[in-house]
Amino acid sequence: MAISVSMTVNGKTVSGDVEARTLLVQFLREQLQLTGTHVGCDTSQCGACVVHIDGESVKSCTVLAAQVNGTSVTTIEGLANNGTLHPMQEAFREHHGLQCGFCTPGMVMSAIDLVKTHPKPDEHTIREWLEGNICRCTGYHNIVKAIKAGAEKMSAA
Amino acid sequence: MSATGIGASVRRKEDLRFLTGRGNYTDDINRPGQTHAYILRSPHAHAKINAIDISAAQAAPGVIAIFTGKDMAADALGGLPCGWQIHSRDGSPMKEPGHPALVVDRVRHVGDQVAVVIAESLGQAKDAAELIEVDYAPLPAIAHPGKALAGAAPQVWDEAPGNLCYDWIIGDEAEVDAVLKGAHHVTRIELTNNRLIPNAMEPRAAVGEYDRSTGDYTLYTTSQNPHVIRLLMGAFVLHIPEHRLRVVAPDVGGGFGSKIYHYAEEAIVTWASAKINRPIKWTAERSESFMTDAHGRDHVTTAQLAMDKDGKFLAFKVDTIANMGAYLSTFAPCVPTYLYATLLAGVYKTPKIFANVRAVFTHTVPVDAYRGAGRPEATYLVERIVSQAAREMGLDQAELRRRNFIKREEFPYQTPVALVYDSGDPAGCLDKALKLADYAGFEARRKEAAARGKYRGIGFSTYVEACGIAPSAVVGSLGARAGLYECGQVRVHPTGSVTVFTGTHSHGQGHETTFAQLVSDKLGIPIENVDVVHGDTAKVPFGMGTYGSRSLAVGGVAIDRAMDKVIAKAKKIAAHLLEAAEADIVFENGEFSVAGTDRKKAFGEISLAAYVPHNYPITELEPGLEETAFFDPLNFSYPGGAHLCEVEIDPDTGVTEVVKFTAVDDFGRVINPMIVEGQVHGGLAQGIGQALLEACVYDEDGQLITGSFMDYTMPRADNLPNFSLDTHNVPAPDNPLGVKGCGEVGAIGSPPAVINAIIDALSPLGITAISMPATPPKVWQAIRSARPSVAAE
Repeated sequence: MAISVSMTVNGKTVSGDVEARTLLVQFLREQLQLTGTHVGCDTSQCGACVVHIDGESVKSCTVLAAQVNGTSVTTIEGLANNGTLHPMQEAFREHHGLQCGFCTPGMVMSAIDLVKTHPKPDEHTIREWLEGNICRCTGYHNIVKAIKAGAEKMSAA
Repeated sequence: MSATGIGASVRRKEDLRFLTGRGNYTDDINRPGQTHAYILRSPHAHAKINAIDISAAQAAPGVIAIFTGKDMAADALGGLPCGWQIHSRDGSPMKEPGHPALVVDRVRHVGDQVAVVIAESLGQAKDAAELIEVDYAPLPAIAHPGKALAGAAPQVWDEAPGNLCYDWIIGDEAEVDAVLKGAHHVTRIELTNNRLIPNAMEPRAAVGEYDRSTGDYTLYTTSQNPHVIRLLMGAFVLHIPEHRLRVVAPDVGGGFGSKIYHYAEEAIVTWASAKINRPIKWTAERSESFMTDAHGRDHVTTAQLAMDKDGKFLAFKVDTIANMGAYLSTFAPCVPTYLYATLLAGVYKTPKIFANVRAVFTHTVPVDAYRGAGRPEATYLVERIVSQAAREMGLDQAELRRRNFIKREEFPYQTPVALVYDSGDPAGCLDKALKLADYAGFEARRKEAAARGKYRGIGFSTYVEACGIAPSAVVGSLGARAGLYECGQVRVHPTGSVTVFTGTHSHGQGHETTFAQLVSDKLGIPIENVDVVHGDTAKVPFGMGTYGSRSLAVGGVAIDRAMDKVIAKAKKIAAHLLEAAEADIVFENGEFSVAGTDRKKAFGEISLAAYVPHNYPITELEPGLEETAFFDPLNFSYPGGAHLCEVEIDPDTGVTEVVKFTAVDDFGRVINPMIVEGQVHGGLAQGIGQALLEACVYDEDGQLITGSFMDYTMPRADNLPNFSLDTHNVPAPDNPLGVKGCGEVGAIGSPPAVINAIIDALSPLGITAISMPATPPKVWQAIRSARPSVAAE
């Protein structure tokens, strides 16, 4: 049974027909071809699929597309402004906070929400916040460094 | 040093696409007319299949086709091949059972492939798979390698009696036994190297496509080595000649070894795409990754180390049982033999070593190389027993090691277990690490922690590893069924920009940047003018791929050699244009000049002349400027170093906190320090994960207990410390670039450092051993058992 959904994604109004069981991440990846949001697990543990729904970080594998009807969704593709990286994206690049890049979109989206809650996070706060984002490449060392630097830049902006 | 040349921490060229969501991973690829595959897998560890009824499933909405093992057998397809053959001590070849992509009448591990359902949507394929009725007759199973050889153990293969795959030895047992018998002291140890699940963050995926008009097949797959997959799948499984099969490994989200191997799903989607004449996509769910990706480690070992009265090592005897799983994965047999036993000398001058390795089949997922592959198992054993020996002999950990180290001036060093270490300085690495870790101040820190009710300990690991695999002639004599050279192609475009084609594959290692630095440095052109292409058999001439920390030490040298050829040809062109003798042409900073004059031509002027040969030595030289080189190394590369771990243990909870981790490693010549440090960080996280958190658990019946991220503890940000790193680099003399591998050392050196630290912390309680992973319940229980009085508190 198809359900019609309509929402704002990265500033543009989109709509489509989904199955009741369609997850937001499937809607983004398969119907909107926004493949920057990744699926790394099936138990809502890894955080590769984190997007913002009305400004809050949410694992898009954990919500149904039908649930977010009428909301505003931001994905990793919606962060850079006309080719200028978001300060958090820039910080990840500067501090080598990514290797294979698969967890990166979720990390960046999660980090931006962290800064909203904790504008000047210390290392401990960052490490605790990342509980829901798994990276297998970096050992988190440079991710923590990047988020700290990104937070400083965001607060200064 | 230029800002983008060798030695500079150039920010990565690949980052922009990953940071903006523009990466192109296999599951991001969608082909016109694409269908979706779902694989029905065995819920049993061991069962006979009496019958499979697909009739209801076939009638389900959206279903295009359902195939079982019988369909593949009817097409006379081959099984998944094993790339390495080991011989037992009696000269007989290892037992090598068949490995069908879809089983025919028996399943041998949970997750074994039983049928594939192809449908218009993935949801429809999954719904239909639920309607397939498989009549299983469950059989007894065996999962634990230590129990597989027992007489009464269930048998995995009729052709492998006693579940023995091979019984392999290295060294002279009688000689070693004689030394053990007469030694002043013998330290004995029993340990398990815990089974791990690699868990690259991107689950495996494959898209198969067939073009009836040309007969061409294309496979997009999550692979570390697309040419190897083309060879294995084309030649052995599907019988497709190379020129009809293209394998593309686009952006790949981590591998750690698990994406080296040729997997069943790659063959299934490629074969079936021709059957249905439409592209087919398959993507693993994480739970499928847990039960189908090749696992790592899983050794059970006993060992004895003989010493004289001064603690000098005299002989080392090792007995290891290694789990192969139910089938032999691509490189599995070489991991516990040539990648493990050859490293048992460690960084020490132990004169006599004997090892016996028995590889066993069990009803579990195949076990193969995982970050470090054999070398972590060797290092864990050597560094555990050396630390135990120091405690038994009443010697300081650093002191016992120093007495036995191979000294810097003693390299190249022939070990008793086949390898010739080309270079290194174990004592230099340790001294630097002791300083960086403030070893002198440790006892004060231990006291301070004790005052807070915490046990604090420090653990040592001084290691060497053999990577940069490998000399083809050597591995060939050891049973490899392939060569291990690498290919590099350098295409200089008319205006002087360069595209590099490499047979290695980057899945996080940053080759697009590191290799561009090599080119920018040598050709004197801006790094922006260099692009690196990898991962496509239609673009790259050939390649053996990325594993065993070989990309720079082998693949980088191939690129370097190709650049030598480019420069040699360009000099001829320059000599012609500058009307000088070729011998007088000097190439420096991107310019060709006539020695001792101010006459010169820029790199771009020469490349333009090569493609617009109006004034050109056309009778002696072909137009164009593009060269290919294959490089086959003469030796492995031997990074090494000293890892020191400091832990604090809370006796009330058993929680171990890594409070400080120091690593001083020898990488030879470093191209990009930022990337190298990142590689070390990641390896350390996996090593600390193995030591404290990670364990693949099968129950007695072969059910996988740790089948999701809810059950298998992945290291998370709050489990790990910041790492304290430095290098102590001794350039590699056997490597033309002087480089050593850096990708695996973190996972190789760190686990024994962590466990030795825990043992050191708990040694006041009389605790002398703890197994990996040292989880809080295990540590808490050890403390309680050692201090019965505390239990009553």
